[in-house]
This record gives sequence, structure tokens and C-alpha cells, in this order.
Amino acid sequence: MTTLSTDDVRHIAKLCRLNLSEEQLEKFPTELSAILSFVDKLQEVDTSNVQPTPQSTGLTNVFRDDEVVSDGPTTTELLATSPLPIIDNQIQTPSAHG
Amino acid sequence: MGSMNSLTISQAHQKLKAKEISAVELTQSCIDRIESIDDSLNAVVYRNFERALEKAKKIDAVGTFDHPLTGIPYLAKDVYCEKDVPTTACSNILRNKDYIPPFESTTTSRLMDVGAISLGKVNTDEFTMGGSTETSCYGVTRNPWNRDCVAGGSSGGSAAAVAADECLFALGTDTGGSIRQPSAFCNCTGLRTTYGRNSRYGVMSMASSLDTIGCLTKTVEDTAIVLSAIAGKDPLDATTGDVPVPDYAAALTGTIQGKKIGMPKEYFMDGMSEEVKQSVLDATEVLKSLGAEIIDVSLPHTAYATPCYYILCPSEVSSNMARYDGIRFGHMPEEERGKRKEESLIEYYHLVRTEGFGDEVKRRIMIGTYALSAGYYDAYYRQAQKVRTLIKNDFDDVYQTVDAVISPVTPSAAFRVGAHEGDPVAMYLEDIFLDPQVMAGIPALSVPCGFTKDSMPLGLQIMGPQWGEETVLQIAHAYEQATEWHTKKPAL
Repeated sequence: MTTLSTDDVRHIAKLCRLNLSEEQLEKFPTELSAILSFVDKLQEVDTSNVQPTPQSTGLTNVFRDDEVVSDGPTTTELLATSPLPIIDNQIQTPSAHG
Repeated sequence: MGSMNSLTISQAHQKLKAKEISAVELTQSCIDRIESIDDSLNAVVYRNFERALEKAKKIDAVGTFDHPLTGIPYLAKDVYCEKDVPTTACSNILRNKDYIPPFESTTTSRLMDVGAISLGKVNTDEFTMGGSTETSCYGVTRNPWNRDCVAGGSSGGSAAAVAADECLFALGTDTGGSIRQPSAFCNCTGLRTTYGRNSRYGVMSMASSLDTIGCLTKTVEDTAIVLSAIAGKDPLDATTGDVPVPDYAAALTGTIQGKKIGMPKEYFMDGMSEEVKQSVLDATEVLKSLGAEIIDVSLPHTAYATPCYYILCPSEVSSNMARYDGIRFGHMPEEERGKRKEESLIEYYHLVRTEGFGDEVKRRIMIGTYALSAGYYDAYYRQAQKVRTLIKNDFDDVYQTVDAVISPVTPSAAFRVGAHEGDPVAMYLEDIFLDPQVMAGIPALSVPCGFTKDSMPLGLQIMGPQWGEETVLQIAHAYEQATEWHTKKPAL
């Protein structure tokens, strides 16, 4: 049985870049603890000699020719989806230094 | 009833080719249907009717209907990027600025190439996270068979739209059952393909190692037609397999004499609905009468698939959702407008994501972040990947002796709107029969197989080995031809 406290949840939310409302701080510890307890069932499986499966295709090292593909969207089109101001093909963000 | 929008793809194709109907008439009949009934269903979230009619006119002007999808109107789940068409994943983080993709997904591009006509976007749970469309920022999609019930999810808009004849087929995605469960709930045919069979390029990701592209249709033949058009390797998605795409419609011989079909005992658990159980047992009788042999099999790690899914999926979600930071796309927080310079970047991220994401997305990001954090990685993510191997091995073993495996799609029929509110684990358990195939990366299809006493549809799940879509479609088609469940329509 894994239990997350309100402080645990507050800490995880910070790592996720999320602010939580009072209501969420009230319900998320219970809900997330219930989910973690549910997935704890995996701990009962003996996997000592089992290799992990990260994906199911069996593909490894998929390469393509090292050529510029030019039929994708343009720089201007890609920048146009930003909600922030564009100056000289750059996105002006709030300061990273606070 | 009897109007053009209720046709199947193959029926409409015959009529288009014979010039009995035009692409404009067919498109208009779907538009009329959406305009007259969708307010009561809330399946369609973006209506692209003008462009659809323009396209139909051009197709009529050319007048050749050589491909079975030429002139066929469809709806796409709101995670398929179409160039210049608003695509929002039914999330406030993309809705507020109406994200308009500057590129086209491979799947919609391939459909465009053969002349299929996109009518717009259909509802989904936010970023496909849910089993009921209740987490959509546009509100829930109602089940055409009973509007107090959900249409399922996450491709609930797709399923309701197909069941209500608002289109001839719809695109969906299936990460943990999101095509098959709504198909069963709404009486559609829905195929989750082998992971890597269809390109994911241009479809907004939830869990990249599990997401698959597929369609919801009115018949198995229609599924075969759509799959043949969209399947195959794509240089823009490195996880697509270089495996030849057969003519799936040619596999529909109607004969399944001698096919060995496994019945896994783990899918018939205590507490499941008797009606669901009986519908699958009845289906085995039909399959036997068609010459198939039903064999009891065991998939011992079945019960671990859903816990496994709810580690791997949120972990990949926490990574995929990191891109929604309000920089490259998305939403500018209300209180940010006009005073941006005073804020720090970190505060900006917090504001964008806090306002933009709903509770289920937040829960998954948090679970994933926790599971991947230092000290927990081995116990959660790595352990889940190892259990995934065991689940995959179960299927590999069973496919040594059988051609396909059948089971129910869901433990019960469509539930009522709000039934699982405040209980995420109860919602997750809806996927209990749908996650094992996800872990193994194998194809699985839901085909109508009966109704409850309350007249709610039920689905039969047919699973095949990796790349085994032909076998799945062949068996499903033979079953469908021997039954009439798929012909039943909701009274609207």
C-alpha cells in the first residue's frame, strides 16, 4: 500500500510544473495513492530472469538517408503556432533568470 | 434510414461508381445528419463542411471512382493533425488559441491521396486520456443507443458518429482500448492494429510505445478497405515496420473452416456481466458452426496488464506532455497577457500548464513523474517493462497452437455518464480485457455480438498475432456475415 501525503503531492506537482488548487490538494493524495496501490500488484511478479520490453516491433537502429527533406512546414509556419511574440525568427519568452 | 449517410463504404462506392449518387450528395447527407442530430450527441467538435463540399465538387468533376475510398466522407479524432484545420486534442491547452497545424498527418494524407473527404474532428478524452470522453474540454459524447450513457472512450466521438451515421467511417486511436471499447459500446467495428502497422506521424502522442492508429466502421469489409489505404511503412515514423501491406479485403473469403480459435479462461472472471459472458459463448457457437475449432487456452499474466499499463502509459505521458509549455504552441494564460516580462519562465510554465490541462492529464503526468523519479524507476517503470515481456510471451506461446484468440471487449455494456466520477481506478478497470494486447503490440478487433436486455450493444474481441490483421479480419468477417448484430441501428 503506497500512500502519498499532501506534501509529496505538492512536491511532485512542482516537478511537473503544475500549481494545484486547494480542492486538488485535497483529492489528489487519495486518488494518486489509490492508483499507486493498484499498480503495486506488479511487485508480486517474479521478474528476476526477465528482460524488459521497451517496445514491441523488434526494430533496432532505424536509419534514413542523411539528406535534407524540404517538404515539411516552413520556419515561419512553425513559429506562427507560438502564442508568444516572434522577433527575428525567435520566440520571445519570459526571462529564464526570474 | 435508407439515406445515403447510412451506407457502408462498399455500398457507397458502388453507387458512386455507377453514378447513382454524387460525392457532393453523399457529403451533404452526412452534413445534414450532423446538423440535425449532433447537438444531442456532441460527437463532432469541429465542422469543416465548406472544405469538404469543395473537395467533393472537385472529385465529382473528375468523376472517376477507382479507389473504394474516393468521395467517401469521414471524421477524424481530434488528435489527427490536418494542415490548416484546428486540432486541439480536446484540451484547453490547445483550444484557447485553436492550434492550427502547419502539416498533415500521414494517415489523413494517405486518405486525401485516394480522395476520401474529411468532414471535421470528433470528440475524445483530453489527449486521449480516458475511457468515456468525459475528460474532453468540450464535454461528454452521448451514446446514440442511450443518451444517459457514455459512448466510451477515448475514441467516443468516432464511435458515436459512425453509429449515428454522421459519416461513413471515422479515425480513432487505441493506446489502451480506445478504439475497441467505444466500438463495443456503440455497435461499431473497430480495429486496433499491430503497433507499427500504421504511421503515428502527425497524431498527437499520448504513450509513444503503445499508441496505435486505426478506424471505426460499420462493417468488417470497410475496416479492411480503410486499413489497406492507410497501412505501411512511413519514413516519418521510425517505429513503422517494413512489412508488406496485403490487400486486406481479399482476405475476407467468408471461410474459416479449420481455424483454431483460443478462449482464454482469464477473460471470464467472477463478477463480470452474465450477458457479456453469454454473448461471447453464443459467438463461439457461431464460429464452431462455421467450421472453426474452439480451444481452451491460458494467458496467465492477463491480470497484470492493466497495472502494467498504468505505469508505462503515465510515464510516457509525463514525457510527452512536457512539450505543452506555452512556447512552441498552445495557450497563453489569461493573467499573463500584457505583463509577461515581469514573470519568470518557470512561473509561466506553471500558469500555462495549470490552466491548460484537466485533472486526468494532471494525474497521469504526476504518476508518471513519480514512477520515473530517482529511486522509483526500477520498482515501477523497469518492473512494468519486465512484466510486459511476460504478457507478450503468453501470447507468443498461445499463437503456437491457435490462429486467433477471442474474448469479451468489456466486462459490461456502456456505463452511465458520471458513474466513475472521483474513482480513477474504477475507470481504469474498464480496460481490463483491452490492455494485454497493448502490452504485446498485437492487433485486436471489436465486432458487434449482441445486446443487453436494456438494448445496449456488446462487442466480441478477436485478437491475432503480430502483423496478423488478415486473420483477425477474416474471422471477424465470417462471424459478421453469419450474424445480424452489426446491422442494428440506434433509434435517433
